Amino acid sequence: MSRFFRNQGWVAGLFALLIFLFIVTKLIQPGYGSGDFGSLARAVLPYAFAVAAQTVVVIAGGIDLSVAAMMALTSVTAASMMNGASEEYALFVVPFVLAMGLVLGALNGILIVVTRVPDIVVTLATLFVLQGAALLVLGAPGGAAAEWLKAMITGTVPIPGLPDAIDAWLPKALLVLIVCLCIIWIPLRRSRLGLSLYAIGSSELAAFRSGVPVARTRVIAYALSGLFAAMGGLALTMSTGIGAPIPGPYLLASVAAVVLGGVALGGGKGGLLGPIIAVFVLRLVRTDLTLLAIDPNVTAIIEGAIMVAVVMFGAFITMRSRPAGATP
Amino acid sequence: MTTNELPKSPLLDATGVAKNYGAVAALRNASLSVLPGEVHALMGANGAGKSTLVKILTGAIRADAGRILIRGQQLDVRSPAAARRAGLLPVYQEPALIPDLDVLSNLRLTGTPVEPFRAWVRELGIPDLDIRETARHIPLAILRVLDLARALAVEPDVLLLDEMTAALPANLAEKVLEVVRRQGDAGRSVIFISHRFVEISALCDRATVLRDGSTVGVVDIEPGIEERIVEMMLGTRIEKTRVAARATGDIAAAGGSRPRLSVRNLQLGTKLNDVSFDLADGEVVGVFALEGQGQDELFAALAGSIRPTGGTIDVDGTPVKFSHPSDAIQAGIAYVPGDRTEALAMQRSVRENIALPFSAALRKWGPIRMRREQVVVSSAIARLQIDTRAQGEVQRLSGGNQQKVTIARWIAANARTILCFDPTRGIDVGTKQEIYKLLRELASQDKSVLFYTSEMEEVQRVCDRVIVIFGGRVVDTFPVELADEPALMRAAYGLPRGARADVGILADVRPASDAEAAS
Repeated sequence: MSRFFRNQGWVAGLFALLIFLFIVTKLIQPGYGSGDFGSLARAVLPYAFAVAAQTVVVIAGGIDLSVAAMMALTSVTAASMMNGASEEYALFVVPFVLAMGLVLGALNGILIVVTRVPDIVVTLATLFVLQGAALLVLGAPGGAAAEWLKAMITGTVPIPGLPDAIDAWLPKALLVLIVCLCIIWIPLRRSRLGLSLYAIGSSELAAFRSGVPVARTRVIAYALSGLFAAMGGLALTMSTGIGAPIPGPYLLASVAAVVLGGVALGGGKGGLLGPIIAVFVLRLVRTDLTLLAIDPNVTAIIEGAIMVAVVMFGAFITMRSRPAGATP
Repeated sequence: MTTNELPKSPLLDATGVAKNYGAVAALRNASLSVLPGEVHALMGANGAGKSTLVKILTGAIRADAGRILIRGQQLDVRSPAAARRAGLLPVYQEPALIPDLDVLSNLRLTGTPVEPFRAWVRELGIPDLDIRETARHIPLAILRVLDLARALAVEPDVLLLDEMTAALPANLAEKVLEVVRRQGDAGRSVIFISHRFVEISALCDRATVLRDGSTVGVVDIEPGIEERIVEMMLGTRIEKTRVAARATGDIAAAGGSRPRLSVRNLQLGTKLNDVSFDLADGEVVGVFALEGQGQDELFAALAGSIRPTGGTIDVDGTPVKFSHPSDAIQAGIAYVPGDRTEALAMQRSVRENIALPFSAALRKWGPIRMRREQVVVSSAIARLQIDTRAQGEVQRLSGGNQQKVTIARWIAANARTILCFDPTRGIDVGTKQEIYKLLRELASQDKSVLFYTSEMEEVQRVCDRVIVIFGGRVVDTFPVELADEPALMRAAYGLPRGARADVGILADVRPASDAEAAS
């Protein structure tokens, strides 16, 4: 039981915070209902994928600064390909864009492994490259998205036998998010590859000595990051119906959620659930502050303060629960 | 390769192995031949190339030249995974379990079968291991045993043990040696690296001796061979290094007046309980204890990195409260940790590392006086005979030389009291002698030394007095004349000299299990 708390305590705490925030929201805005929850889920979608992309890399002991640029590039690529094309053509566009993310991400990893230039430098360089490429694909926001794609994240999931009142709280966007993440994450977590990701993040030397192919694992981590980022790009196109070549605020948001989600920036610790909940928390805080009509500039300050406070509180709890006299 | 004369053909045969790091030759011409079923010692002074050879054999680095045959076939071991497949398994000095994964995940990562692992863990003297425990939360000594169990569980043809018993408490070390011995009997080979002659003569069949990157001899282990091995390892240095030991010991007792360091009723959580002792100028006081009896906390408290929860520390008769290591350093108390990486800036030069404590002293603003720094550092390097061929980065020095640098910096900073925590861990015989000599020399210059050691023989070589800690308490204080190994061992298991006659206590206390409960 105590081990459960040591390993999952952070996620449980975050979840409690999220529930608390929902209650606060309901108090501020008594009319807050399923429709608002649906739009929250839709707003969270691209952020959540950006966070997933960042989480995989951070767990493996790296960092990916090109997440937002990758999303922009995949988004404009998808939007311009679907522009004026048939609905069926989108069936080809989606896997193409996902593959593109995977390959570009792997390229990031290969550059890091082969050149041995620090990851932060390599991905900063790719950030600029991808940003430029996105502008080449589409000089200004534009393009289009297939109707069925847009429909995929609007509305709710009709589950037969469930009363509408509950049904209304199951937005499609949330389902898409859960399905996409689970399809990749759960098998990964259970495989030796997943263990290897944690291993190289935790101690590269020990991993190498345990026979983990460190270079290959790192490339795969960045490839997965690229894949998640491509999902994020698609999510952007799906929700806006167009593609925008200028990257959104997803990079810093992803790092923030990773930290808040209990993933150690040094690598090797944490999971995907924590950062995803953290994204909801951060978005909901913003919603609440908007509802309270607080100056947007002040909003940013408050968001930052909350992050520091939560992380400090978490560290404090962890320190207290450790036996006395342990390493300071 | 041709005939079937199995017992004679070596399982592992490396010849002419060489490795250069830039201009520094780590290995020139090393060879090693291991027969099936033998326990083979690999010996050599620090920097002789043992670790490099081990890394090459296990695929961690690649040799520049040389030929490695495994079962008569030339194999190109490119990675640890490949070495593993070839049946070569190492247990390194540093634990190899991934710190953030639990034991079970670590086993899955390397594809180690769980049941044999559990069996070996029990065999090695750990009856109640929880395999869902995260490796980070497991004590170092246990981790090393788990590493060994993990290697044994896949039944490797050649097991490579690098300083396996270093940092192990006596009871675990005994089990480990027993198991290693039986590996040999079962027809598997073990390459055994150790600086403890006792273990080698008890365990090994043959020994390969390295010096300066070349194999200088292969000998059969038989009584009296130690002298020859030491000779081979040290080459010409031998005469100089063997006179060290204590000569100035009796002078120290003369001090008498006010102790340099006086510890009273020191308390630290559950780890230290009512610890009191004195340390006089010109004295080397030994601290002996089994693993995890509170010695780490005692040294940390004296060095100012943990605040004690009770008791007093007096320096020169004045009570002090250290809230930061810099306070202790100001008071002239320097800490030399057993783990060199805790003390050194690994990527910086020898010179900077030595100069750090006295050049970075916070009270002295303004530019560093480079000329003076140069002089002080050079004299410290000369005094400790530090091998400065690779002085650009400390991490490229051998372990023994790194340890010398950590001591040299405090000599350069002119610290009056040095707290040495197991300074000879994993260091070769020659450098050990130099360190013993150095500690005696410091004492003869009226400096004081507190010296924790995990090797009993060091107590008699270096110390004037020895205090024995068990379960966070000082169980006994011996003058060195009385500190023979049986007496130390009894005390370390919680039986002071006074309890000798009392059969009741002897019968009641189960020392080993007690020690574990306390830690």
